[in-house]
Formats: sequence, C-alpha cells, structure tokens
Amino acid sequence: MAEVVSLQEGIHDLLKDGDTVALEGFTHLIPMAAGHEIIRQRKRDLTLIRLTPDLISDQLIGMGCVSKLVFSWGGNPGVGSLHRFRDAVEHSWPQPLEIDEHSHAGLTNRYVAGASGLPFAVMRGYRGTGLDEYSTTVAPITCPFTGEELRAVAAVNPDLSVIHAQRADRKGNVQLWGITGIQKEALLAGRKSLVTVEEIVEELDSRHGDVILPSWLVTAVAMVPGGSRPSYAAGYYQRDNDFYIAWDSISRDRETFLAWINENVL
Amino acid sequence: MQSSETYTSDEMMSIAAARQLSNNQVCFIGIGLPSKAANLARRLHAPDLIMIYESGTLGAKPTRLPLSIGDGELGETADTIVSVPEIFNYLLQPGRIDIGFLGAAQIDKFANLNSTVIGDYRKPSTRLPGAGGAPEIAGASKRVIVMLRQSTRSFVEKLPFITSVGFGSGPHDRQKYGLTGSGPVMVITDLGLLEPDPNTKELVLTHLHPNIEVEKVIESTGWTLKVADELRTTELPTKAELEAIRSLVSAGI
Repeated sequence: MAEVVSLQEGIHDLLKDGDTVALEGFTHLIPMAAGHEIIRQRKRDLTLIRLTPDLISDQLIGMGCVSKLVFSWGGNPGVGSLHRFRDAVEHSWPQPLEIDEHSHAGLTNRYVAGASGLPFAVMRGYRGTGLDEYSTTVAPITCPFTGEELRAVAAVNPDLSVIHAQRADRKGNVQLWGITGIQKEALLAGRKSLVTVEEIVEELDSRHGDVILPSWLVTAVAMVPGGSRPSYAAGYYQRDNDFYIAWDSISRDRETFLAWINENVL
Repeated sequence: MQSSETYTSDEMMSIAAARQLSNNQVCFIGIGLPSKAANLARRLHAPDLIMIYESGTLGAKPTRLPLSIGDGELGETADTIVSVPEIFNYLLQPGRIDIGFLGAAQIDKFANLNSTVIGDYRKPSTRLPGAGGAPEIAGASKRVIVMLRQSTRSFVEKLPFITSVGFGSGPHDRQKYGLTGSGPVMVITDLGLLEPDPNTKELVLTHLHPNIEVEKVIESTGWTLKVADELRTTELPTKAELEAIRSLVSAGI
C-alpha cells in the first residue's frame, strides 16, 4: 500500500545517487516539483529516463544531477532547443552527458517491456536510421512465425519512477486524466514509484477516461499543489506557454540559468 | 478568387501545404510548420480533417494554434485521448494513419530526414531535439508530406544522420527496411513543391511558388536539383486563405 509522505521525504528515501530515475508526463502533468526536489537534495550521477526531456530535464542536467539521459525528443516544444541539454552534449557542461537515444515508439515500447516483466519489446522500426546504428539498446530480431525482420528494444526498469497526477485518496489510490501519456507504463516499469498529486481527497470520484493506479501498485504519494507548473494539470491549471517561451532566454546562458535556479529552486 | 495582396514566403508555404489536406483524412501531425498548415486546412476546405497528435489526442479541434503537441486544448477538444503506447502501437504501426505530416531540420534528395544532429553524432556541432515520433510516422503512415524551408543548409547532399527514412538510397530501400507505408509524396517549401520521381524516387521540383525563379530554387539546394519538364506554378494565395492564416496566427498560443 502506498505511503503518504512529504515530497522531501519521498525523494530522500526513495532515490539515491547513481540510481536510474524516470520522470514522466507527456507535456501534461510533468513532475516539475519532484525534479526541483532532486536538485535541492543534490542527487548525483543519475540516469534520467524521459521521453520528452523538456524543461525539468534541462534543469537537472544543468545542475549536474544527470550523468546519462535516456530519451526520445529533447527540445522545448514549439520553442526550440533545450540549451542546458545542448551545452552538456556539445561542451560537456557542467559534466559530460552520456545519451541513449530512441524514437518515441521505441522508448515507449521499452517502458511497455519493463512494465510487462519482459526483457525486451518487439516493434517495426529503426531500420535504415542512424538510431539503429548508434543505440546499444536496439537489436534485430526475426519473427519466428513469418520471418519478418523486426527490432527488439531493451526493457527499462527504473529504480524509481516519478509521475504527477491530479488526485489521490488517503489510502494512496491515484487518479489522473487528460493526456496520460506513458505514465502508467512508467510507473509499472519502476521498481519503486513516487506520485506527486495536486490534492488528496477523501474519496476519488470516477471521471470519463481517467486512469486509476491502485494504492498497492504505488510506493509513495506526496501532495504537491501546483507540482506540475509550468506544465499543466487538466482541471487545475493551464500550461504556462509564456514561461516555456521565456525559458529559451533564461537557459541560453549558464550564469542566467544558475541565477534562475538559485532564485526559484534552491 | 486570387488575391493581389502581398504575402510572405512562410504564408505561401503554409497555404500550399494546407491545400494538400482534405476532409476525413487521418493526419498525424508534427509540431511547428505541419501543425500550422493542418490547422489552417481545418479553417478552410477541410473542417473534417482528423488531426492526430503524438500526445494521444485523436480528432483534436483546437481554436488556436497549439504551442506543443500536448496543449490542454488538444485534449479538451479531442474525440478521445489514448495513451502513448496505444497511439504508436495500435494506431500508427498497423497503418491506420493516412498522412504523416512532418517537419525536419534537413532533407536529402531521397527525402530522408534529419532532426538529430549537425556534425558528428558523438561530437555534434549542433545537437537538435532528435526523433520524437518521426521515424515511425515516416515509416508506417500510408503517405508522408514534409514541410521545411529551402536552403543549402537544409537541403543537403548527404545527411549527417538519418532520423527518418524517406526512400533511403533509392527505390528499393523502403521494402528492404520493411517500411509499410509508401513514403513521402510531397515536400513543400517556401519556394515550391518537390515530388519523388516515380521510378528513381529522387525529389524533382514540380511547382514553383508565384514569383520564384527556378534558379533561386536550384541555388537553394545542396545537390543538383532535378526540375520537371512541365514545371508548374502554385496558385496564388486567395484572400480567404490569407485571412484564415492571419487570424490563426494572431489568435496567439
């Protein structure tokens, strides 16, 4: 059964230096506050898994928390580059960043394999691309029934999977809705999980199209209102598109970035 | 009705792209230029275009241009929202998407796309965002339409990295790689339209946008560009098209 904890306790108790951590949320419900707590606790040498690295990854990379990034699209959606990610890849600042790069479909299937307790997933893709050439977590596999050449992608099983959801109840049952992305698979692939939520309510009311993660699948729940900003939480607040645009100039320069983190995170 | 109004090359590109889309097509939309063109088509001749975004929003009907592929309005206006595994494994991979609509940083003469790096992969001079949904959209959509601005920096002889396969190195590679869709049918730029030669699959300039000289397109291409024998001119933007794109842009994000 999930334990209700503070965010500070959750990150402190469930994540240690050197761990593999997934932070998921596909544009919507990005666990920004949990990422900030990781920065505040100065976790180091993390392998970060995230389909769409986005601003929180940029901040974690820029603060030197991440030594390896597993990802499939590393940009500021609709705006442009993630400058801290680029600085790490192009100039090893603040430290070298190893990358394991996939397509969305590929990394998605890696989570599906992890959630399924299988060593790999099978898909049609990668052939003819540079990703096929460079990734060590993609390999050819032949269909035993048809002989078709397909691709196997290795499972991911994060030490800790972190997601943000709209609600939980006091027993730790979690409810999310709207664009729910890869969160269910990420949580189930994780050896442990931490869910931050907008609010903890007495009883969850069922909603059209919602995803319920029963308490017995979740390690810990922490209430963090606004925990997704400047991403959004449907039913609570909207995406702060202006901040995503502003991040381009905040993050472009190392000193400006560090000053912003000092002021807003630390 | 043609317009005597002035317009920008970007407006011409978006309008030319919007014209390629029609009602009831299921279109998997990349963010940026493709999203703008698809939303324009919905306001003009294709109100029933079925827009799919990789966030899992099926049949999104936004009133404004989304900044990201997962803006709130996409989910609020969608027919339904599916998970990311569902959109790639159940909808895209089996060939249920009519048109994959992609942008890219670079393209080569066989319409292969790069959105990963400029320079060496291990030591890139410019690290770009990467693949996202593009490789499988390019592989499994029934047809693919590509949009990008044309210059010798974007239209290159050899890509530093193939993120998404168009036709590989010629007419047989899609089959060799097991790609189930038929591949790119058109590349729309700010200067004109290119289409693959039916036999060689090499891109051929088939349309010039109004007031663009063919020499300009050749100079803006990093390989020796083939030009169709019957080179046609794109129709001028109409007043309605220009009004629609300007109201779309001015509505903000």
